[in-house]
Amino acid sequence: MPVVLENLGKRFGDGAPVLDDVNATIGQGEFVALLGASGCGKSTLLNIMAGLEAPTSGALEVPSDGAAFMFQDAALFPWLTARENIELALKLRGAGKAERRAKAGELLDLVHLGGAGDKRPHELSGGMRQRVALARSLAQDRQLLLMDEPFAALDAITRDLLHDELERIWKETGRTIVFVTHNVREAVRLGQRVLLLSSRPGRVVREWHVSEEHRTDAGLAGQLTGEITARLREEIRRHAK
Amino acid sequence: MPNKSTSLVEPGETRHVTAALTRSSNGSADLRELEAGLDSLQSDAVRASRIDWSRILLPVAALAVLVIIWQLYVSLGFKRQDLVPGPLDVLGQFGNLWADGTLQEAVWTSLQRGLVGFLISVAIATPVGLLLAQVAPLRRAFGPLISGLQVLPSVAWVPAAIIWFGLTDATVYFVVFMGAIPSIINGLISGVDQIPPQYRSVGTVLGASRLQLALQIILPAALPGYLGGLKQGWAFSWRSLMAAEIIAVGGSIGFGLGSMLNQGRDLSDMTIVMSAILLILAVGILIELLVFGPIEKRLLRRRGLLAGSTR
Repeated sequence: MPVVLENLGKRFGDGAPVLDDVNATIGQGEFVALLGASGCGKSTLLNIMAGLEAPTSGALEVPSDGAAFMFQDAALFPWLTARENIELALKLRGAGKAERRAKAGELLDLVHLGGAGDKRPHELSGGMRQRVALARSLAQDRQLLLMDEPFAALDAITRDLLHDELERIWKETGRTIVFVTHNVREAVRLGQRVLLLSSRPGRVVREWHVSEEHRTDAGLAGQLTGEITARLREEIRRHAK
Repeated sequence: MPNKSTSLVEPGETRHVTAALTRSSNGSADLRELEAGLDSLQSDAVRASRIDWSRILLPVAALAVLVIIWQLYVSLGFKRQDLVPGPLDVLGQFGNLWADGTLQEAVWTSLQRGLVGFLISVAIATPVGLLLAQVAPLRRAFGPLISGLQVLPSVAWVPAAIIWFGLTDATVYFVVFMGAIPSIINGLISGVDQIPPQYRSVGTVLGASRLQLALQIILPAALPGYLGGLKQGWAFSWRSLMAAEIIAVGGSIGFGLGSMLNQGRDLSDMTIVMSAILLILAVGILIELLVFGPIEKRLLRRRGLLAGSTR
């Protein structure tokens, strides 16, 4: 199992716990959607998995070489071209010059941006920037890919296409993906498993399995979306008092 | 749909929703085509750039207007001609100074000192600034001192420098360093402070070491602020140099523009004084136009920060 979370807890200073007793295991090559309302500690959980933050209690097991990470905004470096952004990730990994050149070209092709390698981030659309960011996180060559609401700021048309794109790349590369989102449809569209996180404190309260039929049968997918939405709203309503 | 749990989704909404719930393209080739179409719709067309004559004509016209006003003032004869010489008198003095080589010598001496002093200042201030910006205890300890040194006029160091180094080039360089180094350090620090925190997170996630983070991410990210510091550093070194040259004359110190200014005062020759002032100004303008201007413009354009600016 690449990722095991055991009784994981996190609090900042003396405040109320953000995460409390989080338990989950994520298998090799699995695509898991981590779903929750705003402020449920999804991003904190992802940061802990990425090693950007330390948990205050519990234990976690992640691959020893760390994880690749994709942020909500592309966070590309504006002084580098698309290709150079990808090459920097390869360079920091210790790849040689020729290898960097070849690998960056391959990755740009993989995200269908073969012709845009020499453009700078400000010359690219939001969707293109996110694809460069995806290529950059793939350049890290880590088995585990953590994604923090990477498509939240995109328009609906672009987002739908990037869902297809991400699914294709996941199948081609066999990565283990943990995808954080507050969008139920997105979670159902992408995840093999959807984990619902409660709010304040964050805790895994339920999980659903999404089968291949859900990917092709809109009725079935709609039904599951409705069910998950109902459970999510129940979770939100608890905080009304 | 009879299932109770789907009642949250309105019937009319369902059809709209389903499009996003399942795959929206048919196979990889279709997806590639769709994306290519969307990419070209969403990216800006490349704008052709051509020479903008107003950039050249407007400053030249402004200069011409100022010279005409100057000439008019002199022609009206409010002051004695030897106290306020006209543009033509100054131009004549320019010719004399050029003919006997004084002008070339003064400009070359000062420019050379200014540039060498500035480059050494950059070499010292860059690592120091990066270190201060990255190491919190160092910054807390030395930050106020550096800011203070930037405010302290570097002319104040001239007497001390003359006592320590005598009338040598060391005096001039020392004063230049004291002027340029603090402002370059401060520019770099403020550039680093303005870096979006996410760049550091990205660097950490990508596995950058502390040194790699500083050199490959922090330094390039801070470049606009750093360049501002360099510009100010150059201005400070040029000013400090002039002050030092005016005050410290003789010994093994060569003949620079400041010395020329001082000579004009000693001879009570206003045309020499005006020539020296105009030359000092011209060097400042040329360095901005030929060195800092193009670098800054390129830097901003590459980062997409030029749109809508008046540059």
